[in-house]
Amino acid sequence: MKRIGIDVGGTNTDAVLISGYDVLASVKAPTSENVTGGILAALSALRREVDVGDDVEAVLIGTTHFINAVVQRRSLAKVGAIRIAAPATTELPPLCDWPTDLGRIIDGGSWIVEGGFDYDGRRFMPLDRAAIRKACRDIRNNGLAHVAITGMFSPLNAEDEQIAAGIVLEECPHASITCSHELGGIGLLERENAAILNACLVHFAQETIEAFGRAVASAGIDAPLFITQNDGTAVTADQAAARPVYSFVSGPTNSMRGAAFLSGLDDAIVIDVGGTTSDFGNLISGFPRTANDVVHVGGVRTLFRMPDLVSIGLGGGSVINPDTCAIGPTSVGFRLVEKALVFGGNTLTASDIAVAARLANMGERAKVAHLPARLVDGVLARARTTIEDYVDRTTTQAGDVTLLAVGGGSFFVPEKLAGVSRVVRVEHGDCANAIGAAIAQIAGEVDQVFQGLTRPEAIAQARELAEQRAITAGADAKTLSLVEAEDIPIAYLPGNALRVKVKVVGEIANLQRGVRTDAGQVPSVYA
Amino acid sequence: MTPIGLDDIEALAVGAWILGTGGGGSPHHALLCLRRIFTKSATIELIDPSVLDDDDLVAVVSYMGAPLVIQERLVDSAQVARAVTLMQEHLGRHFRAVMALEIGGGNGMLPMLAAAQLGIPVVDADAMGRAYPEAQMTSFAVGDLRPAPLTTVDPRGIEVIVSNVPTWKWMERASRKVCVEYGSIAATCKAPRTGAEVKRWGIPGTTSKAIRLGRAVVEANRHHRDPIEAILTSEHGKWLFAGKIVEVERRTTAGFLRGKAVVEVAADEHIVLDFQNEWTVIWRDGKPIASTPDLICVLNSDSGEAIGTEVIRYGQRVTAIALPSPDVFLTQQGLENVGPRAFGYDFDFRSVFVS
Repeated sequence: MKRIGIDVGGTNTDAVLISGYDVLASVKAPTSENVTGGILAALSALRREVDVGDDVEAVLIGTTHFINAVVQRRSLAKVGAIRIAAPATTELPPLCDWPTDLGRIIDGGSWIVEGGFDYDGRRFMPLDRAAIRKACRDIRNNGLAHVAITGMFSPLNAEDEQIAAGIVLEECPHASITCSHELGGIGLLERENAAILNACLVHFAQETIEAFGRAVASAGIDAPLFITQNDGTAVTADQAAARPVYSFVSGPTNSMRGAAFLSGLDDAIVIDVGGTTSDFGNLISGFPRTANDVVHVGGVRTLFRMPDLVSIGLGGGSVINPDTCAIGPTSVGFRLVEKALVFGGNTLTASDIAVAARLANMGERAKVAHLPARLVDGVLARARTTIEDYVDRTTTQAGDVTLLAVGGGSFFVPEKLAGVSRVVRVEHGDCANAIGAAIAQIAGEVDQVFQGLTRPEAIAQARELAEQRAITAGADAKTLSLVEAEDIPIAYLPGNALRVKVKVVGEIANLQRGVRTDAGQVPSVYA
Repeated sequence: MTPIGLDDIEALAVGAWILGTGGGGSPHHALLCLRRIFTKSATIELIDPSVLDDDDLVAVVSYMGAPLVIQERLVDSAQVARAVTLMQEHLGRHFRAVMALEIGGGNGMLPMLAAAQLGIPVVDADAMGRAYPEAQMTSFAVGDLRPAPLTTVDPRGIEVIVSNVPTWKWMERASRKVCVEYGSIAATCKAPRTGAEVKRWGIPGTTSKAIRLGRAVVEANRHHRDPIEAILTSEHGKWLFAGKIVEVERRTTAGFLRGKAVVEVAADEHIVLDFQNEWTVIWRDGKPIASTPDLICVLNSDSGEAIGTEVIRYGQRVTAIALPSPDVFLTQQGLENVGPRAFGYDFDFRSVFVS
């Protein structure tokens, strides 16, 4: 089984070819203005490294393009927002908590109609279908092509959102439709925000993913295209184009998943030291731990599955203050090769310190020979305490942890650290993100309130539902395994109300054959 | 009479969340409503209880129910205002002002919403000085004031008045039933209070205290100073401990969120925080070192912002501080209503502020 993993980042496009559990080649190429060029360049570089052959079974791409579009306010479409919750919620209409500049770009109007459910599944109000039909006519007259639908307590009962989607489809047959229950859990505004963000990106996502497909095809690779998600799993290109918000932070996630794969470790703290920042994450059962709090994307408050990562300004290009030994947060970034002392520049960077300390080998060591030992030791001590502090913040268990160090700047991570039992480094660690893409699996998730059931019954029911969802999304039923189960009792609600979150993952259905024939070796991702 | 601006409201949201002592529901939605109200022309005035005439009538407002449901139904100032006007219709009298039942959490913001809608001032006082889970855990109940009537409002046009009950416990039972039928959330106007009652039994200055507290945190963060130090200085609080959450246990019993969080304060040194919606008792080596009615506030060690019992989780860096209890709860009757024994513990209250 061969797979190509690609990470389309802001600066570099990385590509890897894996076969079974072996990394056959990994390459980097600069990302181009039109994504096609960067992918083509990376795939050509890959072909120069290794014989790709004609038996590639899947191409999996991770990208930060969609979140960058939101942050940079570009390529966003206007959205019509339908909310099913009246007469409640009218004081806080759709977009009420968005940054003004972003809201102005995507506001195509909003309609709050009667309907929706309560926490216990009882109907809140009868659904006002006529009002939805009227909203659709306005949407059509306003020339809107994207609609977001959000119903009260839709994660518990999606019926009204589905009926509304049917009406929109009849009245505006060419509009894209995003239903909030597919994106988030309890929290109407946050879930609605996720739906609207998604809707405004659908057009751009479709174009981008089509461009990915063309690039792969014109590189002569005939294999299905998958796009990786925030949680490290993958979906088909079609599904991904319909839900771009789920691909927002696939880069750092893939990096953690790649680190897990390369090391064979399922549970560890991962540090990914790049040029500008270090990302810390907690790997649990081979997946990044997800945040259960609100996350802000481009200033918009949302609530959906995102890895719980901490990013700090410590990287190979971090600028050093020679008086205080402080590191960053400013960085020379990709200008390292002109600005750093070892490359003949005049900016003291973290990389210069590493070269002086013989931790890294780049440029000319003679150019940093003059740095006083006090400064070099001071900076390294600072890096050590910073890393120790953030490892401790990231970990969720008592006791020493295993630290997986990846990324181009991982030479900064000392061998011995307080609170760390061992530091693990891996080959191909600088392309961990593309490797993470290559090994992605399919997931099914449930986040729902159960009542009148015992705790084991509620969890079992949630798991069954999650498994059905994974299979619908393209997973092989035989390979499904549980990776996350969490339950939270809900205050004030009667009937032992329990909010259960469950996630299962499995192999891509038509790809998993042959996987386990591989010499009895069962790596972490299949465990 | 002090005019309230949007700056005060932003600070109030931070301060009320801290005074929520782990519960009370997030002030986020109320803050959003108020931001919108302030983009139009809004005048909200805060008055000291001392300016009330003895026979003035004051409305006491709160949302009753599950914080989870508010996340879907959202806060609605028209509903809060309707609970007040419904009470006026029931009484045949007008309110002079409105006040909070509990300053802690989202409910601490509600009088501002009602005031903006109705054009009456907010009294700088509440009946808890924090958040508590039950109707009888108020200074008004300690004063044995009349628990009824109470109005409840649902946005679908459902309005129920509990016109009379013999005790605060009965008010809790009767109104809780109505609230559950509504979908576990109701905008309520509690038993009206006279100016004399507010002056005798209200806990004065709690709204301005929450604003002051919030401002201390916001300012400290803005100037990169320690926000927790700022809180302690501002409110004569006591630093208890700092550490990392290493275990959280939650369960619902009798409609409340109960459980405990274990904090590692040093290698092999653990402190246990009990909660029933709000933080109730802190244990060290099996002995209680702090308990209600002292306010136990668990804060994010970096930002100084409050962490609720519903969202506290493994790995968080927290600092626990205590703030002094309102005097009304330190009396024998006060301790009967909100002391450790009222939460099922078998020990007497000892304040961390008494050496």
